[in-house]
Amino acid sequence: MRPTSARFLNILVPVKRAVDYAVKIRVNSQQTGVDLNVKHSMNPFDEIAVEEAVRIRERIKDEVKSIRAVTIGPSKSLDTLRTALAMGADSAIHVEVPESAPAPEPLGVAKTIRALVEKNKEIDLIILGKQAIDDDAGQTGQMLAGLLGWSQATFASKVDVDTKNNVVTVLREIDGGSEEIKCKLPLVITTDLRLNEPRYASLPNIMKAKKKPVEKLKPEDLGVDLTPMLETIKVAEPPKRVGGGKVESVEELVGKLKDAGFTAV
Amino acid sequence: MLRLSAFRIAPRLARTYASPAAPNALVFLEHRNGVLDSSSLSALTAATQLGGQVTGLILSGPESSATAIENASKLKGLNKLIHSTADTYKSPVVEAVTPLLKQVLSDSTYTHVVSATSSFAKSLLPRVAALLDAPQISDITSVEHDASSNATTFTRPIYAGNAIATVKASSSIPIKFFTVRSTSFAAALSADVAEASLETLEPVSAGDVPTEHLKTSLTKSDRPELGTASRIVSGGRPLKDAKTFEDTLYPLADVLGAAVGASRAAVDAGYADNSLQVGQTGKVVAPELYMAFGISGAIQHLAGMKDSKLIVAVNKDPEAPIFQIADVGLVGDLYQVIPELTEKLKASK
Repeated sequence: MRPTSARFLNILVPVKRAVDYAVKIRVNSQQTGVDLNVKHSMNPFDEIAVEEAVRIRERIKDEVKSIRAVTIGPSKSLDTLRTALAMGADSAIHVEVPESAPAPEPLGVAKTIRALVEKNKEIDLIILGKQAIDDDAGQTGQMLAGLLGWSQATFASKVDVDTKNNVVTVLREIDGGSEEIKCKLPLVITTDLRLNEPRYASLPNIMKAKKKPVEKLKPEDLGVDLTPMLETIKVAEPPKRVGGGKVESVEELVGKLKDAGFTAV
Repeated sequence: MLRLSAFRIAPRLARTYASPAAPNALVFLEHRNGVLDSSSLSALTAATQLGGQVTGLILSGPESSATAIENASKLKGLNKLIHSTADTYKSPVVEAVTPLLKQVLSDSTYTHVVSATSSFAKSLLPRVAALLDAPQISDITSVEHDASSNATTFTRPIYAGNAIATVKASSSIPIKFFTVRSTSFAAALSADVAEASLETLEPVSAGDVPTEHLKTSLTKSDRPELGTASRIVSGGRPLKDAKTFEDTLYPLADVLGAAVGASRAAVDAGYADNSLQVGQTGKVVAPELYMAFGISGAIQHLAGMKDSKLIVAVNKDPEAPIFQIADVGLVGDLYQVIPELTEKLKASK
């Protein structure tokens, strides 16, 4: 049984370094993946997660004891952690995997974060993005909540923390509308785009972030194995769609629609 | 003689090469007030493509259970239907449903767990998969099962649909979880009479559930549902505000009998409800006709509509990326084009 007295929140925000959302990706010539020699940045949904953690602290001040960012990835992922620190996280954990290693799967990532939570017993709120824009899986947060046996609130567009009663009320985006749920802490939240507008890190904050502590770990330190269970056989270009050109007038457009069998009902 | 020797060899062979069990898929069926979601019907079609037994699982509150069971048991391709009824399954939270699924799967011969890529299943399936130490394959667009190696191969879009990954789940993964992109599979049909055998399952208590459902707010609309509409009229940022969005697009949508969609820009600016967003992080649609008004065609938007049959784009900017994939493009001001188009469509009826 958890104590029901008001508590200090310790927030963990897992972030991922991903190909920047504006990059037009290319499949590599061996068809094993996409060309990764392009601009990377923090997965947009994770920026929203970091922003929400910082805003929760702004809303309930001293009741948030710590905000920690974590990433699992090659050495370059350190930049992503620095971004999180510049946005307002206090410290970071970098679980480093070799550049050559295959990308870990959501289940591996969830197990790694679970191991961190078991190591840092005080963590009671984890905020993740609802999906990474590279693998588009949308699984990690739910898997993590399942492994920990915690409450989960996916696709959150509004989060209201009540530390006095140890509950969090979350508005979720669902098919056809929204739904409101009340979750007991400890809790895993995944962010929808509409949760907030992430801030830009200011130069002084970027400078300060360089001094914030980053703990380095390896998957084996946490006793987790990140070997993928699924085999990626091939990555291919989608079928190309070529535009059919332009028409000059609405008249012509109506004609084209008619030819294709689209008329008023 | 020959038959006799074969008969003698057979038991030994059977011991050495135990033939893998035929696929047995569990499909999580979703419904609203007993009416099945069409995306679940597409998930069922994907499950039948595995080539084995298919069992449906349907949960409901007491009010809609009879209708839900009746509708689901008539589905073609379903061998068996498991249903469970409880108050907690009416507007369920995933934590309350997880133990039931775990129980169904734990003593099971199920080889696959299948669902639509719906918001509820997206929340539920990975949670259950992790508890069974299984990976999940999300939003698949094709599926192929090889019975001899007991491996299943899927294709799924990654990077907002700009690459297609072919992924294999080998026999070392005993239960293969996957969610299905509904626009890639036809909806399963219904027979006149129930074909599936029924099994009632006692609700499984989830103990002290840490999450409580407070309320659901659904956007009301008499237009076709965006995810399954055969025609969609979609608007972007130039539509100024919610009222302009409605006044401009709705008359055209009504003339065409179309659903209304929106770009992220339009949704973020508050012109349209979030549930209307088309794209990587909104709905993925593939109607017969998709009309994009004032939508430039960002990668993230194209991810949600580029499999539409006929794409029509109207935009002021002749350089807008949407024109590169539109079958019919018109450079013009949507405020002039839409009323004229609406009138002409009415007149040519």
